[in-house]
Amino acid sequence: MFDLERWQEIFETLSKNKLRTFLTGLSVASGIFILVILLGFSQGIANGVKSQFEQDATNRVSVWTGVTTKGYKGLNPGRYIQLKNSSFDAVVNEYDDYLHYRTKDYMIWGGTISYNNETGNYRVRGTLPDNQFIENADIGSGRFINQSDINESKKVAVIGNKIKQDLFKGEDPINQNVQIFGMNFKVVGVFFDPGGDREEGQVYIPVSTAQKVFNAGDNIRNMAFTVKMADDFDEAVAMSNAIALGIERKIKEIHTVAPDDVSAVRVNNTLEQAEKIYSLVATIQAVFWFVGIGTIIAGIVGVGNIMLIIVKERTKEIGIRKALGALPMSIVGMILQEAVFVTMFAGLFGLIFGLGLLELVGPLIESDFIKYPQVDFNIAITTVFLLVFAGALAGFIPAYRAAKIKPIVALRDE
Amino acid sequence: MIQIKDLHKSYHMGSNSLHVLKGINFDVKEGELVSIMGSSGSGKSTLLNILGMLDEADEGEYILDNVPIKNLNEKIAAKYRNEFLGFIFQSFNLINYKSALDNVSMPLYYKGVKRKERTERAMHYLEKVGLAQWSHHLPSELSGGQKQRVAIARALASDPKVLLADEPTGALDTKTSYEVMELIQGINDEGKTILVVTHEDDIAHMTKRIVNLKDGLIIDDSPVEQIRASAHV
Repeated sequence: MFDLERWQEIFETLSKNKLRTFLTGLSVASGIFILVILLGFSQGIANGVKSQFEQDATNRVSVWTGVTTKGYKGLNPGRYIQLKNSSFDAVVNEYDDYLHYRTKDYMIWGGTISYNNETGNYRVRGTLPDNQFIENADIGSGRFINQSDINESKKVAVIGNKIKQDLFKGEDPINQNVQIFGMNFKVVGVFFDPGGDREEGQVYIPVSTAQKVFNAGDNIRNMAFTVKMADDFDEAVAMSNAIALGIERKIKEIHTVAPDDVSAVRVNNTLEQAEKIYSLVATIQAVFWFVGIGTIIAGIVGVGNIMLIIVKERTKEIGIRKALGALPMSIVGMILQEAVFVTMFAGLFGLIFGLGLLELVGPLIESDFIKYPQVDFNIAITTVFLLVFAGALAGFIPAYRAAKIKPIVALRDE
Repeated sequence: MIQIKDLHKSYHMGSNSLHVLKGINFDVKEGELVSIMGSSGSGKSTLLNILGMLDEADEGEYILDNVPIKNLNEKIAAKYRNEFLGFIFQSFNLINYKSALDNVSMPLYYKGVKRKERTERAMHYLEKVGLAQWSHHLPSELSGGQKQRVAIARALASDPKVLLADEPTGALDTKTSYEVMELIQGINDEGKTILVVTHEDDIAHMTKRIVNLKDGLIIDDSPVEQIRASAHV
């Protein structure tokens, strides 16, 4: 392997047969290249999907209500189901042991908010302190809503970073007053959210305050929980499914809704969705691997094929070498080393080219579902070595055949 | 140098069996220049292939420089070929993408000689055959006679005990043939043992002894008055 003479011999052979070397290399390089691109994009899809889910806690269970579509116990269809504080309390009472965070919301979709001369229309959400974790919100400055805000129905607001930029123009909003529908609220915090502008264009106020100032009584729009996570993902999904079902059943019972009415009470289980999407992504990745490996196998068969042709073409030369005293092992070594060198070199070339392309094109891709396409370099290197190993395997049959060439047959004048 | 006793060789093709060598007995002493003659099918090439360890006899004894040549595996055969023998072929059998110099140094490469020394020794033998200024040319840029002289230099490079030439002049015109024979005679004069297979009378008479083969048996084995090729060039 480290025999300098052998390398000189191989470089000489390769440089004397440029086209053949080039074609051999091309099939391998394009195989690796395609694999790298496929793996990069499957990673990109995984990243994209992951970032979609990171907007909110992944183990979130949220409850919405709508209009009944079925009559039940003498009640007509077409009733709007209004959630109350008591519905929330009933759910919390029943499932307290399994819930991690919990919140109830009362929200106004388009709230006019102004500060000095700046005015904008933003979603105003009355909520509980736990909502910070359910929404995956990060506090940039100040604090989130706390329990005493709720208890005393304080007029405080936590604004999204977008609102800060829109209304405050670089001023520090903390302890300033903003007008929400003309009422003064003191800004106590600014938050960031992985969901971006859409989520950061919101204002959180205490739910008790919202119910009072918007004359909502004890009505709430929706509630959301996170379920305590088991260590095992499948177990967690099963548990979260069971709890989501239980909550749905409970609320339907409280509000007298037919158990099979799907539009009146909707319980959304993010973890279950996440599981579905992740398994979809896993399937896509598996398909990409399959295609990539298939491409590489094609490349390797190509190498094996070309090496067979090379051996055939060099039969006479191998016969001469043997007549001059070449050992069978040195013939095997010559063919194998040439095959491995070509696959390795071409493989690395394809790898670098593929990685380079991902690096160049990756940032230009603007899609919610493909983000930062990239390849784990270790995986890439492993693939190259696998390829080299397989290349050696493919080269071995031709090499063995070359070693078996009888000089007397090879040298026979045609 | 070479002792052969009761050598038999058959080829099997399907159900047919062809008995090519039917008991050859023959000795060659060191420094001899022997030609093996015979019509095609007489078994002369088979004999040469066995002598060259490119093929193995079915029966009989072959002793080369006091080493019994039998039960050869590929590895030992390769080693013996490299150490004991130099081949000269009718169609030269040079490696066409290697320069004359690299062709000549090839046996030395398989002998494990270092590159620098290899090049020096190869150059020395190229000078000996008068092709020093052609050392970096490819075989395709050389004439037939020049190619055969490169092949002779290659056969000499590893300093073998015996040179085996299979119709060395078969692909050459008369004038070039005599030039090549002159070179072979010169090498023999320096003491090298040489066997030449030929079917040309004039070439055979430039050796010192003619062995005549017919139907797998030696029918005549007699020394001849050597005709110097230089007289005809």
